[in-house]
Amino acid sequence: MAVKPPVMRALSRSLSLRLRQAPRPSSPCSSKQLRTYSNEPTKARLNGSVDYSSTPLLNHISQSCLANPELPQHVRQSKTKRINLFQAINEAMRHALQTDERVLVFGEDVQFGGVFRCTMGLAQDFGNERVFNTPLSEQGLVGFAIGAASEGMRPIAEIQFADYVFPAFDQLINECAKVRYRAGDTGMDCGGVVVRMPSGGVGHGALYHSQSPEALFTHVPGLRVVIPRSPVQAKGLLLAAIASNDPVIFMEPKILYRAAVEQVPIGSYTLPLDRAEILKPGSDLTIVSYGTPLYTCQAAIEAAEKDFRCSVELIDLRTIYPWDRATVLESVEKTGRAIVVHESMMNAGVGAEIAATIQEQAFLRLSAPVKRVAGWATHTGLVYEKFIIPDVTRVYDAIKQSLDY
Amino acid sequence: MSLRYGTRIILRRRGLYAPAYVNTSQSPLLARSWQRWSSVAASPASERVLFPGALNSKFTNALEFTRPSATEAIPTYRVMDQYGVVIDEHSGVDTTDEEALKLYSHMVTLSIMDLIMFEAQRQGRLSFYMVSAGEEGITVGSASALNPSDVVFAQYRETGVFIQRGFTLDQFMNQLFSNCKDGGKGRNMPVHYGSRQLNIHTISSTLATQIPHSAGAAYALKLQNLQRPDLPPRISCCYFGEGAASEGDFHGALNIAATRACPVIFVCRNNGFAISTPTADQYRGDGIASRGAGYGIQTIRVDGNDIFAVRKAIKEARRRALEDGGKPILVEAMAYRVGHHSTSDDSYAYRQKVEVEDWKRRDNPITRLRKWLEDRGLWDENKEKELRGKARKEILIAFDKAEKEKKPALRHAFTDVWETLTEEQKAHMNELRSVIERYPEEYNTDEYEGGLDGLKIEDSK
Ligand SMILES: Cc1ncc(C[n+]2csc(CCOP(=O)(O)OP(=O)(O)O)c2C)c(N)n1
Repeated sequence: MAVKPPVMRALSRSLSLRLRQAPRPSSPCSSKQLRTYSNEPTKARLNGSVDYSSTPLLNHISQSCLANPELPQHVRQSKTKRINLFQAINEAMRHALQTDERVLVFGEDVQFGGVFRCTMGLAQDFGNERVFNTPLSEQGLVGFAIGAASEGMRPIAEIQFADYVFPAFDQLINECAKVRYRAGDTGMDCGGVVVRMPSGGVGHGALYHSQSPEALFTHVPGLRVVIPRSPVQAKGLLLAAIASNDPVIFMEPKILYRAAVEQVPIGSYTLPLDRAEILKPGSDLTIVSYGTPLYTCQAAIEAAEKDFRCSVELIDLRTIYPWDRATVLESVEKTGRAIVVHESMMNAGVGAEIAATIQEQAFLRLSAPVKRVAGWATHTGLVYEKFIIPDVTRVYDAIKQSLDY
Repeated sequence: MSLRYGTRIILRRRGLYAPAYVNTSQSPLLARSWQRWSSVAASPASERVLFPGALNSKFTNALEFTRPSATEAIPTYRVMDQYGVVIDEHSGVDTTDEEALKLYSHMVTLSIMDLIMFEAQRQGRLSFYMVSAGEEGITVGSASALNPSDVVFAQYRETGVFIQRGFTLDQFMNQLFSNCKDGGKGRNMPVHYGSRQLNIHTISSTLATQIPHSAGAAYALKLQNLQRPDLPPRISCCYFGEGAASEGDFHGALNIAATRACPVIFVCRNNGFAISTPTADQYRGDGIASRGAGYGIQTIRVDGNDIFAVRKAIKEARRRALEDGGKPILVEAMAYRVGHHSTSDDSYAYRQKVEVEDWKRRDNPITRLRKWLEDRGLWDENKEKELRGKARKEILIAFDKAEKEKKPALRHAFTDVWETLTEEQKAHMNELRSVIERYPEEYNTDEYEGGLDGLKIEDSK
């Protein structure tokens, strides 16, 4: 080549000062990259205190994983393996593909493993007929899934980012959610559809790689909306979603793909699609959340329980709609205080529904108004994300305010 | 004139020939002539029937399906060959030496900025970057053939358009570092540039959404061209990848641009990949160019490594787009994506490194133009060194300046969502402020312009 590009090393040298070698990312919005170009305050005690390697929300040892009473007996006697969330998703699809020939896996860039590596190895192992790339059209590929499901298959469609599900909105809301109701006894049904999508903030996704649009889907009867918090949950909930005869929107908090690592049972198992889970019992206050903010809540609770000598119950909603109202109400009946935490914007968010339900059904038991800690009324501007998405401090402060009320 | 009305007249008179242009976009002028046609009687033994949906179709008794694979692929227009030799001296390159040198310098600047910023991302100094390697000729060349007042809609790999239109190195760096001088107020991911002054709409990550925008904008320009005949007429020009062309928005855009006869050039950069997805998984037709006919849109395929070919194609496309009151034109510019999709991608997970190296060696818009310049005695190794040294120095100066700037004021997290801040937003801003004030050690607001005071509502719209 006649034109010589400048040598990389020379370039590095000329990029004066502060040569901090960032890890080479292998997927968009890889979470490892995060901290290098945003300065965290050094004296912080609350913010930045989420530690995935020690959080009690993850099963760091096999025994704690297998102690889970929701797991079937034979699974509880089996072995576990330490994997992260994208590997757990991969395992779930692998089990499904292995055991059910109706299962298909497809989406943009799925064949080489997907931009978040969730489908790695599946095309090689199960063939291009069942695991394949689609053209770049969300409406096309979701409509395709609905058609395949309505003729008896169990398609798992991947949307590359939840932010890009909107071209498929019509297919999901006017078709997917309504096919069975519309058909009545004429017999049509697309229950086997699962639409997976990475969602939520990672610190630098800006407007179109950070959204958590679950509330847009919880406003639609007929869809199940599921958000797992961990590898164990992801595997069991995804397998349940694939087995479900209702269409499922399965949102995977993308920051957890690599950050959340735990012991996961090797075999196949499902977790209930209609039950919230109490992660930590408590007596003074109930926090309801799902997905990534659960880790934020856990860290806030640890600090608050120390500082305020209180006892906080933490509930993972898991299935965001239909949701387990009984578990939440029972908890609030006990504690008399509630906070709902989610990343997406507050107005008409999931928190609004939960707060309203608590207010309707447990009004007399409440010692404080139900609080919402959620994204502010704005978009996720790149450099503002850490101020917009709930952090440990805001949850800690909400606990304090609720207790002090 | 409404098509349905015209059709009804035709049906009443039975058995009419329709003129040949009916399936293409209609200008007012043509529409009038069609009306004239519709009043001419035709023989009942006509070989064509006026089904309203395909007025030109002749009858045939051959049971034949169209077989796209049996027709020859649309040719790729070139002005110079791989060695920079002009193929037809007679028609020439339609570019002055001075212009050619400028184009070359812009392409080189772009490629150097790409190298530096890619490396800077690897060092963790910015969150993201996308290079244009292999597509510099398409963006720089096409932009050079447009009028500066023409309106551009881009996807994200069109940095060359911004350079050609005069977006400054400071402007690039301010956006890339999301600092307080970034016109986008630090809200967008790197490379999502935009500029009203330069008539380039701000880039959105959502693929293909800009394609129908460009049709609508072209319609606005079409009407404005009529309303202000004293001003030079304008068109819009829309860029997108061959992957994005699979989106419904692409179809909707081309179709409405055709039915409303919008003066817009659709430029598809076909670089062979949409992240990992090769074109074989993206479509089975003859590229994107073959779709033009389906929408009744005049189309050309051009060699994207040949900046002169790109320029000539766009110049002619622009002329045609403004002809007869306006019409859309589709240009498919062929390239090979030499770089990774973005800094978040490692393309060796889905393609061979040798394939990329082969392509780099085989052909490249920058080397091709350099060969042409050298053959004309306009360029040599010294000039090359000088240009590269100067470009690099200027980029690094802008880089250093931009990296040192503060982030925009925190209130810009909330401004511009609605035209003015809502009551709810103000409450949220106060709540955020109160949390930061009560837990000062938990937040670092110093890196934002004005620190915590930058969140003041009085200063916001
Ligand atoms: C609606 C939507 N879906 C998916 C994506 C994720 N995505 C970003 S770039 C890309 C590939 C685009 O390929 P192409 O249009 O060919 O342009 P190129 O990157 O090759 O220049 C994909 C799938 C997106 N940004 N928007």
